[in-house]
Amino acid sequence: MDDPTTANLHAADPDSVLLSVRHLKKAYGEHTVLSDVSFDVPKGKVVVLLGPSGSGKSTLIRCLNGLESIQGGEIVFGGVPVDTSSEKEWRRLRTSIGMVFQSYDLFPNLTVADNIRLAPLKVQKRPKAEVERQMDALLGDVRLSQYKDALPRELSGGQKQRIAIVRALAMNPRLMLFDEVTASLDPEMVREVLELMLRLARRHMTMIVVTHEMEFARRVADTVMFLDEGRILERGSAHDFFTSPATDRAKGFLESMAPVSDE
Amino acid sequence: MNWTIVAHSLPLFARAFIVTLRLSAISVVLATVLGLALALFREYRIPVLSQASTAVEEVFRNTPLLIQLFFLYYGFPSIGIKLTASFCAVFGMSVLGAAYMSGAFQGGFGGIPRIQIESARALGLSTPQMIRYVTLPQGLARSVPAIAANAIFIVKETSVFTVIAIPELTNTARDLIGMYYHTNEYLFELVVSYAIILIPMSVVLTLLERRVRRGSFRTS
Repeated sequence: MDDPTTANLHAADPDSVLLSVRHLKKAYGEHTVLSDVSFDVPKGKVVVLLGPSGSGKSTLIRCLNGLESIQGGEIVFGGVPVDTSSEKEWRRLRTSIGMVFQSYDLFPNLTVADNIRLAPLKVQKRPKAEVERQMDALLGDVRLSQYKDALPRELSGGQKQRIAIVRALAMNPRLMLFDEVTASLDPEMVREVLELMLRLARRHMTMIVVTHEMEFARRVADTVMFLDEGRILERGSAHDFFTSPATDRAKGFLESMAPVSDE
Repeated sequence: MNWTIVAHSLPLFARAFIVTLRLSAISVVLATVLGLALALFREYRIPVLSQASTAVEEVFRNTPLLIQLFFLYYGFPSIGIKLTASFCAVFGMSVLGAAYMSGAFQGGFGGIPRIQIESARALGLSTPQMIRYVTLPQGLARSVPAIAANAIFIVKETSVFTVIAIPELTNTARDLIGMYYHTNEYLFELVVSYAIILIPMSVVLTLLERRVRRGSFRTS
């Protein structure tokens, strides 16, 4: 099928596509949030979702790990169609799809270490020694080893988000979803989180990122998708999107996100 | 205040103290366990049990304990069920307490931010795992102040047991006053007895509240 929506992605080679979404529809009753959304995410690539508030970006990535039900369309993950109505199937898939949220989603009743080892031990049922080794490596990598036994409330906002990312990575996910992970951080904390995400991208982690950090989006994205009113209005390379957006909506959006000038 | 009278009646109060303590302890424990069950039935909307739990809460919260006890103690024998006074007392208090405890637990669970539940789901936790590691510990921690208030309420309410002739503290004081008219002495002993139970209890519950905010899970 020659779907124009995937023309500039690597749709021709099914082995290189990790996630494939076709004609996805999401509605709350009469209110349509996403209509006919189709795209592919190639392995090892980063797709950045941009768009004004309420355009459906967050809802879209929440549909991709079953946090939101969908009313139509299909999702193929790793070449296998997902039974999107089965919570059991989603639960299995979620161990392969890591997600980090906007606000602090660490469990405040558990230490940093327990937050990280919970899913690998209890959901994936992996051997304890292996989980511990991996956790130590991940914590060392983000330079937070000293907070292993701390409670989340003892960490700064940026540290919490880095731990949330580590917690997701500890499941060895094949895909990472980031839902405006820096949106509620103090400005001086944003950088450390974005740098970690850039490092992941360089290591070829497949990622779908919702963000309002334009400079970061430009640097990290292999593909930018611009959503407006529940539809993908534009898609293309970061360079093309930021230098010559095709639609007026996208132009207007980029202007509204541009740094303040006094001219 | 005549301290000789106080001294003479001390053994009687000591015995009553044990009765109050025992009935309170059993009632608080049963009310908490049952209340948690009622709250979980409602929180997870378990069919039939959820509705039953609403019914229990409404009936017991909206009728006086005094009447509930009369009903159990004097009403049931008329349909051929004879219950001991202690059983009626503990049963009535446990179910009434559970109705209040359920509200406290529901308040605790209801206060858990939605993001916590979503992030538990996003990690692939099953519902029982989520309850065990996320919602239950957090809900309990949030419920502790209300649970503590209910526990203290239950202990104080055991004074109502006097109407079905259970020889607890209030009953003993009333009997003694009725017999010897040393109102000041016996009421003094009554107040002190309750304080001996309730003040340490309040302190322990406050400490528990601090403690429970830091939870963990066993990795072994």
